[in-house]
Amino acid sequence: MPKLKKNIRNLSIEDLYKISKNLKQTVIDMLVEAKSGHTAGSLGTAEIFTALYFNVLNLDPKHPEKKDRDRFILSNGHICPIWYATLSERGFFPSKELWTLRKMNSRLQGHPKYKSLPGIENSSGSLGQGLSQAIGIAISEKMDKKGYRIYCMTGDGELNEGQIWEAAMFAPSKKLNNITWIIDRNNIQSDGNTEDVMPLEDLKDKLESFNWFVIEIDGHNIQEIISACRMAKSVNQRPTAIIAHTIPGEGVKFMENKYEWHGKIPTRSQARQAKEELSSII
Amino acid sequence: MLNPKLKLNQNLFSKNVDVKSPREGFGEGIVEIAQSNENVVVLAADLANSVKLSEFAKKYPQRFIQVGIAEQNMCSIAFGLSINGKIPFIVSHAVFLTSRAWDQIKLSICSTNSNVKIIGSHAGFSNGPDGLSAESLEDIAITRVLPNITVINTIDYEQTKKAVKEITQHKGPVYLRFSKAETPIITTKDTPFKIGRAEVLIEGKDVSIISCGSMVYDTLIAARNLRAKYNIEAEVISSPTIKPLDANTILKSAKKTRLIVTVEEHQVIGGLGGAVSELLSESLPTKVLRIGVNDTFGESGGYEELKDKYGISSHHIEEQVLRSLKENKK
Repeated sequence: MPKLKKNIRNLSIEDLYKISKNLKQTVIDMLVEAKSGHTAGSLGTAEIFTALYFNVLNLDPKHPEKKDRDRFILSNGHICPIWYATLSERGFFPSKELWTLRKMNSRLQGHPKYKSLPGIENSSGSLGQGLSQAIGIAISEKMDKKGYRIYCMTGDGELNEGQIWEAAMFAPSKKLNNITWIIDRNNIQSDGNTEDVMPLEDLKDKLESFNWFVIEIDGHNIQEIISACRMAKSVNQRPTAIIAHTIPGEGVKFMENKYEWHGKIPTRSQARQAKEELSSII
Repeated sequence: MLNPKLKLNQNLFSKNVDVKSPREGFGEGIVEIAQSNENVVVLAADLANSVKLSEFAKKYPQRFIQVGIAEQNMCSIAFGLSINGKIPFIVSHAVFLTSRAWDQIKLSICSTNSNVKIIGSHAGFSNGPDGLSAESLEDIAITRVLPNITVINTIDYEQTKKAVKEITQHKGPVYLRFSKAETPIITTKDTPFKIGRAEVLIEGKDVSIISCGSMVYDTLIAARNLRAKYNIEAEVISSPTIKPLDANTILKSAKKTRLIVTVEEHQVIGGLGGAVSELLSESLPTKVLRIGVNDTFGESGGYEELKDKYGISSHHIEEQVLRSLKENKK
């Protein structure tokens, strides 16, 4: 992947799109090399990860544990290839390690393992736990008054888990306005479309009735992602949920919106085709 | 008869032995430790009063978090709190906390080696009248199997109070279980307690009886009777820490007596008996008789009634030890 030359403060929206497109290509290569993994969600959230790590989050890759850093918790751990690719691109660890994903003795575990790499703030994989983990950090932030924010991403199929709703009830009750919960609303899960497997709609209504401040965005529109995250910072008394509407497999036509691509990887020739398609997008 | 070094309650064998619930020891211990350690925070799942947290909640409202009836949420929240240096105590009834939230205990707490203290009150049959759904007879097995965790079942009020302090100083996940029942006072303020250490309460040469939790008292009564009635010298070992087991003390005793009996208020599968059997089968193959609930569910009943029906009262210990000694002689 071509390395970033600019200081991240000076990146334009156009630069960010370039990064996200590169990240998608990297993810395709990582998955082919790993021989297993989850493609659709990893591609579909590339713009969100780019916006977060190259604009929104207060982080320093040289000091990954600095105390006032913003925290990012990934609850739908199976999309970690995009997390790893983003962290590496942002300078948290060398990119050559990306090719060790899912292999023996790798720091890039198949699902995120707490502290296995700089920037990995939680363990996930068994779905539904991340929002609660983020809440724990949010409470300690309120106690210690450190001034950072906690971002948590979950999937949408993941919202079938009961624990999510325990957490969804809890955060507003404690007025945890330091939490931004990003829901990757890509409408697919392992066995099919979310509305066929276990209907979630009206999701915005549900969350609002739980007293979340809810913003709906196009999860591929980097400006919208950044603006929504900014708006969340100004909300008093309530946590914010961003429902990010995304297309699973976005950028690769034969994968887009097909739940079959949730948990499988492309063949080498499919990967070639996918990368060609991605590089043709301006 | 009682090991004088341990400074145990001298009225232990009296009919009027003082009783007090270990959960009171927890409630007092947590208030004491919170005073000296400001990182201690407590989370409750709608059973704060039941697990004696009222005093803590009143004294430290800023460090008391009511989660509601949501044990899974509570366990993962504890991970988030711990990574910033807090020492979260997550407190509920043993059965709800460990069974309902096992996946969260595994992934959020144990796999990350978080400094979270999991507190299970009402262990064993001590919530007996509520019936089988309230009885915690599997919790030692399902926690002990997890890497990184320390598992403790304190034997009385005073030891539970001390354990709160000890586990706060210990780094890493701990599961502490104790009884709700008003159980006899065995230890005093001066009795030592250390994580990972078993104590020989009574020395003997004929058989070693290893016990944890409130069953230590029943074991002591059985040992006294065996001596008085049959001149059998049973060595009584209190092993409140089930993981890591005090291998030295147990092996030393096994070498001497060559017959081990374990006693616990828990299923015979996977608990203290399981842990002792695992140790001995590898290090010093010795016959082990496990006394506990015999692979069956409980039911409603009084505490002592249930212990009696399910075969773990002191007279059962006495009978079983006699039987094993006879079998061993054949």
